[in-house]
Amino acid sequence: MSAVATFFNPTRQTRVLPGFGLSLGYTLVYLSLMVLIPLSAVFLRSATLSWSEFWYIVSDPRVVATYKLSFGTSLLAAAVNAVFGLALAWALVRYSFPGKKLVDALIDLPFALPTAVAGIALTALYAGNGWVGQVLEPLGIKVAFTPLGVLVALVFIGVPFVVRTVQPILEDLETELEEAASSLGAQRWTTFHRVILPILTPALLTGFALAFARAVGEYGSVIFIAGNIPMVSEITPLIIITKLEQYDYVGATAIAVVMLVFSFVMLLAINLLQAWSAKRSGRNR
Amino acid sequence: MSAAGILHGRVDARRFENNAATRESPWVRRAILGVALAFFVLFLVLPLVAVFAEALRKGWGTYVHALTDADALAAIRLTLLVAAVSVPLNLVFGVAAAWSIAKFEFRGKHFLTTLIDLPFSVSPVIAGLIFVLLFGAHGWFGAWLIAHDIKIIFAVPGIVLATVFITVPFIARELIPLMEAQGREEEEAATVLGANGFQTFWRVTLPNIKWGLLYGVILCNARAMGEFGAVSVVSGHIRGMTNTMPLHVEILYNEYNFAAAFAVASLLALLALVTLCLKSFIEWKASQAAKDTE
Repeated sequence: MSAVATFFNPTRQTRVLPGFGLSLGYTLVYLSLMVLIPLSAVFLRSATLSWSEFWYIVSDPRVVATYKLSFGTSLLAAAVNAVFGLALAWALVRYSFPGKKLVDALIDLPFALPTAVAGIALTALYAGNGWVGQVLEPLGIKVAFTPLGVLVALVFIGVPFVVRTVQPILEDLETELEEAASSLGAQRWTTFHRVILPILTPALLTGFALAFARAVGEYGSVIFIAGNIPMVSEITPLIIITKLEQYDYVGATAIAVVMLVFSFVMLLAINLLQAWSAKRSGRNR
Repeated sequence: MSAAGILHGRVDARRFENNAATRESPWVRRAILGVALAFFVLFLVLPLVAVFAEALRKGWGTYVHALTDADALAAIRLTLLVAAVSVPLNLVFGVAAAWSIAKFEFRGKHFLTTLIDLPFSVSPVIAGLIFVLLFGAHGWFGAWLIAHDIKIIFAVPGIVLATVFITVPFIARELIPLMEAQGREEEEAATVLGANGFQTFWRVTLPNIKWGLLYGVILCNARAMGEFGAVSVVSGHIRGMTNTMPLHVEILYNEYNFAAAFAVASLLALLALVTLCLKSFIEWKASQAAKDTE
């Protein structure tokens, strides 16, 4: 353990508290065994492929159709959540209304509700004979078993992200800024989009990015409502499962690499956004 | 996962409503509130109500029958077992990680924090896939495992591994900001006064972080019991053997046995509601504790 301590603490400053080597050593070993080594298996496995074989798998038209659906609907869902999430966060912070505590608590439902349950519930609602489907179907809008169904499921799982990133920033906002704007003669709308919105932008983008990243990898809530028609309503995580079920491990791994690289880029982007957000709002985490 | 976390208390909306500079005209206010609440009801309330409505559609008898079915009971037992193994593992990890990151300065600290969050950004399906690549029949250790007659994939150990992977960050990421905010003066004082490491942790740190710890545990537990994608890949869907509750829901649903599927789903929805209640309770307790120390 002292080797660990020496590497991470080259200056060897004196520490009063015990347990640094033990806790850091345990953290590194556990994280390596449970997360890092298993994850590296995907990359090592795909390294057995030549570049052209890899490209052949990941650029197959049916696979490309899944990227378009997964990324397209995820972007749209994140955008929907950015708009309505901002409205919800605004209402929760700035207005008092009956049942507000209940609304606040239920915002986290998509984190707590297992995705499979969300999936079958949304399917029941949006199917032709469901509560919402009954209303939409006569209008010519089919949701269940179409790409629109994928969108609905992704909006559901993304709800908490924007609300929970924007809400604390709105709460910490000093009223003095708006008072100053107002006393200088600014209309409410001008104050909002010239004063408040610029302060909220980093948090709003962070929430958007979190919702987008989560939506691209989402599986459980989508597969029931999507209908999973190849080239139409098949998402990328599903095609990985399909390939696994056909024992096409190589194919599944290659597509997984594409998704993982995307996830890592998003993780980096989110980290940068959060740093920006913390700087802009003057909060340290 | 919630960016606000346990550290954040709520503010009173009247502060904004009673100030002419920070309020909107009544009809704008009504429009924003209306849009926000309509979205809330459509996307959060309706699905939740639908689960219970569908579960009880064929009556109470069918509901109870679906839940006392042998395969359903086996699924409930397996789900409890998986949570009972993975939550304590990630609890110990979370405390160790938070102790090293929050109480000490070292190189690469920020990078380590990012690595801990990694499972959040990996699709559940890929989380399952990695364990198939390692331990599946054609995986790295596949031949060795078959030779020694050990089953991990399409068996309970694989389900546990995939669940642990998915839930690694939950407790650590609640504790790290909390312990960082609390600093290390109290622990240092205890150590200087002669307490050993264990006493310092047990008597000083733990009482300070108990609500954050509990918060992480209930969120971790909810995800461990509800995980679907990762578990689906490694389970093999053997009825009564490797089916967790979410997988049992899927099987029943795909057999068009909707009443039974929603009955099992309603148990998971109840779990979600209990989780949210406990979460609100802990947030309230933590804000009370924070007020007391001020």
